Parts: sequence; structure tokens; C-alpha cells
Amino acid sequence: MGDAEIIPIGTRGRPGRGTGSSQPSSAARNLAAGSKPAAPTAAKKAAPAKKAPPKKAAPPKKAAEPAAVDLPPDVQRAPTTTRDRGPMSGIPAADWLSAINHGAREVFGDQWEPQLAQFLAFLRRRVTGDFAVDEYGFDREITERFLMATLRPIAEKWFRVEVRGAENIPAEGGALVVSNHSGTVPVDGLMTLVSIHDHTGRFLRPLGADLVFKMPFVSTMARKSGATLACNEDAERMLRGGELVGVWPEGFKGIGKPYAERYKLQRFGRGGFVSAALRTGVPIIPLSVVGAEEIFPLVGNVPSLARLLGLPYIPITPFFPLLGPLGLVPLPSKWLLEFGEPIRTDEFDAGAADDPMLVFNVTDQVRETIQQTLYSLLMKRHSVFR
Amino acid sequence: MGSAGRVVLVTGVSRDLGRRFARAAAADPAVGRVIGVDAVPPHGDIGDVSFVRADIRNPVIAKVIVKEDVDTVVHMSVIATPGSAGGRNTMKELNVIGTMQLLAACQKAPGLERLVVKSTTTVYGASSRDPAMFTEDMEPRRAARAGYAKDVAEVESYVRGFARRRPDVAVTLLRAANVIGPHVTSPLTSYFRLPVIPTVLGHDPRLQFLHERDLIDVLRHAAVNDIAGTFNVAGDGILMLSQAVRRLQRPTVSLPPFAVGGVGSALRSARLADFSPEQIDLLTYGRGVDTTRMRTGLGFEPAFTTAEAFADFGLPLTPTGGRAEKVLARMARSLPEPSRVPSTLPHSVLGGVDHG
Repeated sequence: MGDAEIIPIGTRGRPGRGTGSSQPSSAARNLAAGSKPAAPTAAKKAAPAKKAPPKKAAPPKKAAEPAAVDLPPDVQRAPTTTRDRGPMSGIPAADWLSAINHGAREVFGDQWEPQLAQFLAFLRRRVTGDFAVDEYGFDREITERFLMATLRPIAEKWFRVEVRGAENIPAEGGALVVSNHSGTVPVDGLMTLVSIHDHTGRFLRPLGADLVFKMPFVSTMARKSGATLACNEDAERMLRGGELVGVWPEGFKGIGKPYAERYKLQRFGRGGFVSAALRTGVPIIPLSVVGAEEIFPLVGNVPSLARLLGLPYIPITPFFPLLGPLGLVPLPSKWLLEFGEPIRTDEFDAGAADDPMLVFNVTDQVRETIQQTLYSLLMKRHSVFR
Repeated sequence: MGSAGRVVLVTGVSRDLGRRFARAAAADPAVGRVIGVDAVPPHGDIGDVSFVRADIRNPVIAKVIVKEDVDTVVHMSVIATPGSAGGRNTMKELNVIGTMQLLAACQKAPGLERLVVKSTTTVYGASSRDPAMFTEDMEPRRAARAGYAKDVAEVESYVRGFARRRPDVAVTLLRAANVIGPHVTSPLTSYFRLPVIPTVLGHDPRLQFLHERDLIDVLRHAAVNDIAGTFNVAGDGILMLSQAVRRLQRPTVSLPPFAVGGVGSALRSARLADFSPEQIDLLTYGRGVDTTRMRTGLGFEPAFTTAEAFADFGLPLTPTGGRAEKVLARMARSLPEPSRVPSTLPHSVLGGVDHG
């Protein structure tokens, strides 16, 4: 290396990329002011067809003799005009239509027009209030199209809910599903709701604590999804009406128990659910849910703050106040739902519901069944998350 | 009462529903004569009804009952709002003392055979601990401490006491759901007539309505038939508040519960609407009543369902909102009729269209 070759930085005012060569590149020449008018752009599409041939011919010619281009300044240049156009005006209506058409076809399939009409009809029904709710406020349409559609992916993809014994749920008529309760937040109720709907086509009508109906938004959603207050009047009314009713007799004792006590059933209330089933003669279907205990492992509680807010507990999980809203994401545990053999109540005589000893015995029977099933499911489960 | 037909005394005829019931009763073939009683003369035409200006808070009413040989008393003057009567004290006096005096007069009337009292489902209250549907045997979860609800509870307890003391008189207590109709002025109808409807944030109460014509019919039914007991009277079905407001095509503004009370008292002082504490409870938690006994025991079938009664109420009201509906309707016009859609569509898109 004798002399150092000086490679200039920049283009010394000339157009080009600064390759060191004295001639700017053809692309740069095209861009530069005072260059030959470039091939007419699409904006000049309206021009007569005779302009089109030179447009096609130009590029190869330039490529063939790039150096020979002399640039007479400002001679052949046509006056530049730019037309302001809104973002909408430039795209022809036909393009819009075809885009909408295409999009609609993607979303709704080939039958998109009637499909969209259906969807619009649904929206209009919602907007004009032209839908029916039952006497508990259950809005079947919104439950199916909104709630179930939201919960289904969570149940299938996040918790990978596995349902066993769904055939124990009667296809019609009143029945009482009794389940263990866990998980700090009653997600298990929602998952049971969607699992039962997807396996049997029936809607589970949950019985909720009065706190549910006190809280704003929660109360609205609860009524719309078919819940009602956990009281004997409502339970019996629903069971008489042939509904599939769900109860979680452990209540807040169950869902708010510390992680160390997981899968240990709490007291089953006062057995009110059994007397409701006895009075209406419907079968009791024990349901054991494994997996819900691990979604928010409750390691602590702030009783004083809970009392202040009128809540049963303020949960502290390994992630909750620590990670803020991120701590509200439930851990993706593997869930197993097992519906047990129905316990018949129609064989007892008429006064059975008023016999406290019998009610306690049936309550214990249900509780034992669920507890034993929980143990056996825990044995079968490989690990918490798999 | 023989061939002359019944002699019916109606209290509270100065108000629209009372006057219209009195006229309807006078038109009934089983009724011979109708005497309307109130402290102020009625506003409209009372037809064949003979009006006696008497205050039911006054023992004069006993003389009227005896002198006119009344055999049926229909008590309709339990008022929900002070309105033109004056303040809350006057209202309470009218409701409670008026009922006491009327019942005392009834107890002294040997010819009395029947007492019909128009009560309201407000006695059940509204709270988060309510059962979905109240039957007649249920009590409110929390006893009312003030206002109309307390008045009605007291009136009902006096009526029950009267029924115990005069077992020969058939006492019918009709607990009517919120009466609604184009002519009704009540706290709830003035609420729905507001151009923008305030709602309680995050709550969507269940509501039940009774059409004004059904109220008049059920009172007449109870006055001419010999059926004693307590009955809930309401149109079939339930409307959610959100649904009702959308049907009226009115915009809503959601307020947190503590603000609703403030807005309510502001509206009350502006005389636009009458919010009472029990109404805020109703608009938060809602209420439903079971009407099985109305059908089986009373043998009455309302002509209007809750939704139909509400539609009839909303007919003369001009919508103040409903822009979204218009946009959707315009879009829907350019598309084929959804009813002509083949039924082989995927469930994911169409699920739940065939709701009951």
C-alpha cells in the first residue's frame, strides 16, 4: 500500500452516495433536482396513452449508458405539482369495497353478507333492548356470545381443563351441582360454568354470596350470566324450574383459605343446599375441582383492611401486591374437573328436609365424596402445571 | 248487597288513578253506587261517582260509611310522594293516620263486607340480599326505616290488625308493582321521562311494571269478587333497567352510588323528578315479585306484560338518543334480511340467536 487513496466522505455537493466515483449513480441522478424528468408516476395515470411507451423504454436505455447522460439544467423539466389529498380520497371506492369485501370474507366466511346482517341484527337487538331475560336476569344471548366466548380460551388454553364424568349431569330437569371452592378469586365457578356448557349444552346457574350482588359490575355480570343469591328461596325456585344449579357450600372459607390448607374441604355451610335438594327431589352431583388451588396461592391476609372495606379477606399471594396488576394473572395450573355419581334425593320421604340429622348425613356424604375424589385426582395429576 | 248492587267507597279520588278507578267501578254492573272521598276535589270528570269532600284523617269518614250504607271500601290514598300534598310530614300523616282513621271507621261499620287496600311491592324493599322473586309470605330483608316504604309497611300492619279484629270482612291487600302508563305520574315515571337518565354505576336492576289499566282492573276485580288475602300484582316478565332505557332510546349517565343521591335531591328541588331513598335502592338492586298467587288465588290475569306496559308508557315519549341504532339500521338496510339466511352457519358466529 503506497499512497493512501483518499476516499472522500460525502459527495461534495453532488448528488450521489459518496462512492468516490465522480459520477453519481443513476438512481441519484434521477432523484436530483434538474435531472431529466423521471418516468411519470402513477399520479399522472390520467395522461393519454401515448406517454406510456417512453415510460417503458426509459429504464433500459439509462442502464445501458449511465455515464453519457448530460444534464441540461431545468430544460425538460415539467412543472411539478403536488395535489394534497386526504388519506381517504386517494383510494378509489372500488378498492375500499373490495377490501371490505375481502375482510368480511375473512371474518365471516363466504356467506359474509347474510352473516354480517345477522351480526348487525344482534347488535341492533342489544342497542334497542329487544332481548329477553328470565326472572333472575339471565341473559342467554350475552352469556353465550360474550361470556362463554371469553372464558372458553382461558379454560382450554390456559388451565387446560379436563372434564371427567360429564355424563353424570342429567340432560334435562333440575339438578344440584355441589363443588369445592378454592383459588382466592372464584375462577373455579367460571370454569365450571363454561365446562358444563361445552360438555352438556346446559347452563349452570350459580348461587352466589350476597357480596356478589353488592359489588358494582360484578353484580350486573352475575345476574346476566344466570347467577342468583344463595338463599333457600332462590335455590328451590330454580330447582323447581328444572335448572341446573351450582353451589359452592364452603363459601369464603373455601376460596379464602391459605395455600397450606389446599384441598382440605372446609365446613359445608349449614347444609342448606341439601335441604333445598331434598325439598325439590333433585339429584345432587358432587364436583371435585383440582387445579384451582394453585392459581393464586394465598400466603397472607390483611384482616384489618378487609374489615375496613367490608370484604371477607384481602389476599396476599407471592405475586399479588408485589407485581401489581401482573400479580393478578392466575398461574397456569392444570385443572381436572370430576363430576361424581349423582346422589338421589327423591327416595327420601316428604318430611326429610325438616330432619336435621338426615340433612347433616347427606351433607357429610357429599363432602366425603368430594374429598375422596380430590385425593384420587391429586394422585393422578403429574404435577401442578402439567 | 242485593239487587241494588254494591256500594263502593273509594278514597283518594282526587288523584288520577283513584278517579279513573272510581269511574271504572261505577261502570261495573255489579256495583250500584260509587262514593269518592278525598280532601280535595278531583281534577277531572268523575262521571257517575258521587264525591264527598271529607278528610280520611277525620272521624267524619265513619259517618259517611254508615250513612251511605257502604259495603265495600277501596283504599287508594296511600301516596308515594309528598307532591302537592306538602312535605314529608303531611305525606306520612295522610298515609298512616289516614289509614288508621279509615280502618277505625270501618271497624265501627256493621254493614261492611269487603276492604280492598292498594299497597305496593315497595314493602319488600330492595337490597343485595333479596331473593330473586318475592312471594307474598316473604318479609323485607331489612325493615324500612323511613319514607314511603315505611309508611306502606305500617299501613299493611294496620290492615292486618283490622283483618284480625273483623274476621267477617274480606280484606284484600294488593301489592302492585310499579304502576306505569302514559298517564301515570310517579317517581319512577318521572325518572324515565328525564331526557338523560342517571343510573347507578355498575348495577343493572331488574324491574317489574304493572300497566295502569291492569291496576284499575285488578282493583275492580278485587272489589266485586269475594277473595281475601295478600297478592302481588305485576305484569309478566322482567325488564333490566339498561334494557328499558334502551327501549326508550334515551341516553344514560352512570353515576357512583353516592352521587346518585345528590343528583336525585337536585332533581327533586328542580321538580324534574322525585328521587327517594327507596327508589335509589330499587335502581341499584332491583326487585322481582312472584305472581303465582295472583293467578291461582285471585284469578286475575294482567292484560299487559312488563315489557308491553313499558312499551305503552314509552309510546308518547320522544327519543332523545338512539343514534347508534340509526347507524346500525342504515347499515342493515344495505344487507339482506337476516331471516332469509340459511341455517347452515357456523355456531361460533351465530351462537345464541335463537334465545327464548
